[in-house]
Amino acid sequence: MRPFDYQRPAAPEAACQGMSASPHAAYIGGGTNLIDLMKLGVMAPDLLVDVNRLGFDTIKDLDDGVEIGATVRNSDLADDPRIRVRWPVLSRALLAGASAQLRNKATTAGNLLQRTRCPYFQDIDVPCNKRKPGSGCAALGGELRNHAILGTSEHCVAAHPSDMAVAMQALDAQVVIRDADGQTRTMGLDHFYRTPGDTPHIETRLNPADLITGVRLPAPLGDRQVYRKVRDRASYAFALVSAAAVMQLKEGRIEYAAIAFGGLGTQPWRDPKVDALLTGARPSEALFEKAGDVLLRSAELREGLEFKKPLAHRVLKAVLTEATQ
Amino acid sequence: MTIDYQIDDPENANLPHPNGHGPLGADMERRDGRDKVTGAARYAAEHAPDGLLHGVLKRASGMGTVCLTNVQEVEALAGVRLVLQDERMIRNAAQGTAGEAPVQGVDTADYIGQPVALVVADSSEIARDAANLLKVQSVGDDLPVLPKHGETDPDMQENSVTGKPQDAFDKAPVLVDATYTTPSLTSAAMEPHAAVAEWDGDRLTLYGSLQMLRYNRAELADCLGIEPDQVRLRAPFVGGGFGSKLGISADCVAAALAARALGRPVRVVQHRRQVFEVNTRRSETRQRIRLASHSDGRLTAIGHEGRVSNLPGEEFAEPLLQASYFNYAAPHRLLRSEMVRLNRPAAGSVRAPGAAVGVTAFEIAMDELAQKTDVDPVELRLRNLPDKEPGNGRPFSSHRLADCLTEGRDRFGWSDRAAQPRQRREGEWWIGTGMAAAVRVNLVMDAEARVRLTPEGRAVVETDMTDIGTGSYTILGQIAAEALGLTVADVDVTLGDTDLPPGSGSGGSVGAASTGTAVWLACAEIRRDIAARMGRKPEDLELEGGDVIVGNDRRPLMDLLSGETLSGHGKLAPGEALEKVRQATWGAVFAEVAVNDITGEARVRRMQGTFAIGRVLNQRTARSQAQGGMVWGLGLALTEAMVHDARDGHVVNRDLAEYNVPVHADVPYLDVCLLDDQDE
Repeated sequence: MRPFDYQRPAAPEAACQGMSASPHAAYIGGGTNLIDLMKLGVMAPDLLVDVNRLGFDTIKDLDDGVEIGATVRNSDLADDPRIRVRWPVLSRALLAGASAQLRNKATTAGNLLQRTRCPYFQDIDVPCNKRKPGSGCAALGGELRNHAILGTSEHCVAAHPSDMAVAMQALDAQVVIRDADGQTRTMGLDHFYRTPGDTPHIETRLNPADLITGVRLPAPLGDRQVYRKVRDRASYAFALVSAAAVMQLKEGRIEYAAIAFGGLGTQPWRDPKVDALLTGARPSEALFEKAGDVLLRSAELREGLEFKKPLAHRVLKAVLTEATQ
Repeated sequence: MTIDYQIDDPENANLPHPNGHGPLGADMERRDGRDKVTGAARYAAEHAPDGLLHGVLKRASGMGTVCLTNVQEVEALAGVRLVLQDERMIRNAAQGTAGEAPVQGVDTADYIGQPVALVVADSSEIARDAANLLKVQSVGDDLPVLPKHGETDPDMQENSVTGKPQDAFDKAPVLVDATYTTPSLTSAAMEPHAAVAEWDGDRLTLYGSLQMLRYNRAELADCLGIEPDQVRLRAPFVGGGFGSKLGISADCVAAALAARALGRPVRVVQHRRQVFEVNTRRSETRQRIRLASHSDGRLTAIGHEGRVSNLPGEEFAEPLLQASYFNYAAPHRLLRSEMVRLNRPAAGSVRAPGAAVGVTAFEIAMDELAQKTDVDPVELRLRNLPDKEPGNGRPFSSHRLADCLTEGRDRFGWSDRAAQPRQRREGEWWIGTGMAAAVRVNLVMDAEARVRLTPEGRAVVETDMTDIGTGSYTILGQIAAEALGLTVADVDVTLGDTDLPPGSGSGGSVGAASTGTAVWLACAEIRRDIAARMGRKPEDLELEGGDVIVGNDRRPLMDLLSGETLSGHGKLAPGEALEKVRQATWGAVFAEVAVNDITGEARVRRMQGTFAIGRVLNQRTARSQAQGGMVWGLGLALTEAMVHDARDGHVVNRDLAEYNVPVHADVPYLDVCLLDDQDE
């Protein structure tokens, strides 16, 4: 591990100042991902700014939603009665992720910003455009399984590993960001991540020193909420495919549909065309099949990932069936 | 004095037998369990002598001639003490019971991941960072990494033909001809390999995470070019081995060399990612199995042909066929295996070498035959059990497979199952059942132990035997307590130190039988001394509750000792019994499995295992071993696989997040039944 400085400021101003002091500084929340990557030499920040004492560790009621503090632990979030009652898809997604020990430590903002588990990204002895821009992609032509089929480029096929963010994507979450000048803005999660293109090392639209202070959930627009995750073992495994559905039915028709996916995309994936197809339609097997076709219309099925297309199709159909029954 | 004993006959009639109501065989918790869960038990890396320095192994990221290009730069970093590149460093872990150095050298990398240097620094963090910064160039031609590209090694073939198998296959009323492949697998012991080395003049003391110290000592001495008696190994606690710690690994040699060079103790802990590539893996396999039978399922011919791999220079071949020599009767038999040489991490023993993948594939073929002949899978196996070892007619010392099959069948409720697929569904899940026979050869190895009976009436058991989580501390204490009429609390057991008599070590399931017998023999010598003091024959003697009883004469043992310590030394050697009879352990495992109709996910809902494994020394530790084996089976069948990059053979998924051992949520209720089984 590279020697680094460590600060634990008590106010956001100081945190942003600390981050501005070095181009290689990093915020640290639970550290469940960053510390591992520092040990492996994948990340080497020279300064860690600890955000755990900034007072962002509560879930606040808004007019009709909630604002989840950036350092609320994943397990606390999953257990919160408000979340369990009104946004159950989020609780279920959180509990499908990682292990109990990791969830006790991991934070809301850290979960959004966790890095891919592509094994080539984690191996400093092979090229990776995400780790070392321009060095190439060892995963292409390598062993692919936990990789993406949507949003990929010839520079990167890494999947975003989060479960939590998939549910938040389906819940129209807004990321609350405090910038270096102390101004607060919000950014929809659908706009927060960037597809890799030829700059896979730039994963979000955050500016340097931007501090995530929380995530806002608006009132849920659907009371039918489902999260389903398919993985290689029963727990402590990343999604091969996961899907979060938030739906509302009225008079036999789908009044509202928001479907998001994990394990498929380079980011927590939501496709407006899928939602649009479903909205206003009557639930049927044919409709759900078509939703899968729309979702996967531009899927890139590289060798080793062919299974994801039929699997995603089946999972989507099952989730839609469950949510509309 | 020493009692030497060689096992020339299977029934062990020459040994005293336990009386059946002592501590032997009891259901007893591990004596070291509390120390382990509270952290009081100290594992190799937790030993921290004064002045300790920290070493991190550096891996080759390519194959061929190795060149470190920035050694001076790295050695100049603050806190860095040494970049060690020494021709005595080893390429990969030694094979089990090698007793000599494995392939040595750091000038050439034969596989990606091979350790080629050690970086030593004042802290493990500095050492790790410096190792990350060290640049390794390797230049060489492409070497084969895929089984289809490997060359067959003519010296590593197995070929056994009985009768005319080809004719039998050609004329078979029913023929199964199936080919199975299994992936590379790793041991994934919880404790990573680690060594703390300290020199005192020309004498080395090394705390290691090792399974078989008597061999490890010789291996390490050979690597370093010193005499075995200059090496003291200590491994009082070992956090699992499963074969990966049978032989010394790169951490031991590198730590010893660096400690010597720097004149300070050095610790080397393998990073979890290194554990996957420096130590031996289970070879991937391809197995073609042919079964010819009558229409009623009685076998006429068996064919088992396998292909395994290993790194050039390694003499271990996954013994795929081991059980196929005697598992089922058939007059015509074809058993063949070949090995291809691949530049992947070395292959070696991983829990139940040969059997884990060889028996599994064979049993799947038996199910294919059950399907084809419409014979119940349990019944099919019962119909094909041999009464003598096929081919050579050797008797079995004990053959309990039929008992395991029928007892397990009843306990599982096999007869209630729907015999055809897709008969039972719960929601999205199809529910099915399956079973397999389990067969494994039995081995015994050289072992010595010393037992002292102190004037206070306490016994002290001493041997370099290891406890790798299996319960050696507990069962050796039970054996001595049984033999000397004491409670287990009256027996101290000291293990894992080469200053003590050499036990068998832990590996191949030999430890309990071999070292346990040596302890029993040592106690027999003490009993002989006690009898002599009373002017009686040992067989007239009864030891119970700390008393000596001869007829109506009962006295406290302490009175008889009158301030002296009695000492016994037991020495066991395998003898002719292994040739005269076929010894094996037997089992049957039944499983109820749910497969998701939408996603294909498979989840095991319950398992039943019935085993005949010889005399059970401790119900609890034995049951735990059986359950562990069943969990391994679950991982083998459903979740575990080492992924090699097809381009260069390197292990892609080398951590426990990506190499999927079963987690708690994967493991259902495991019912274990241990049949009482003794060679008589």
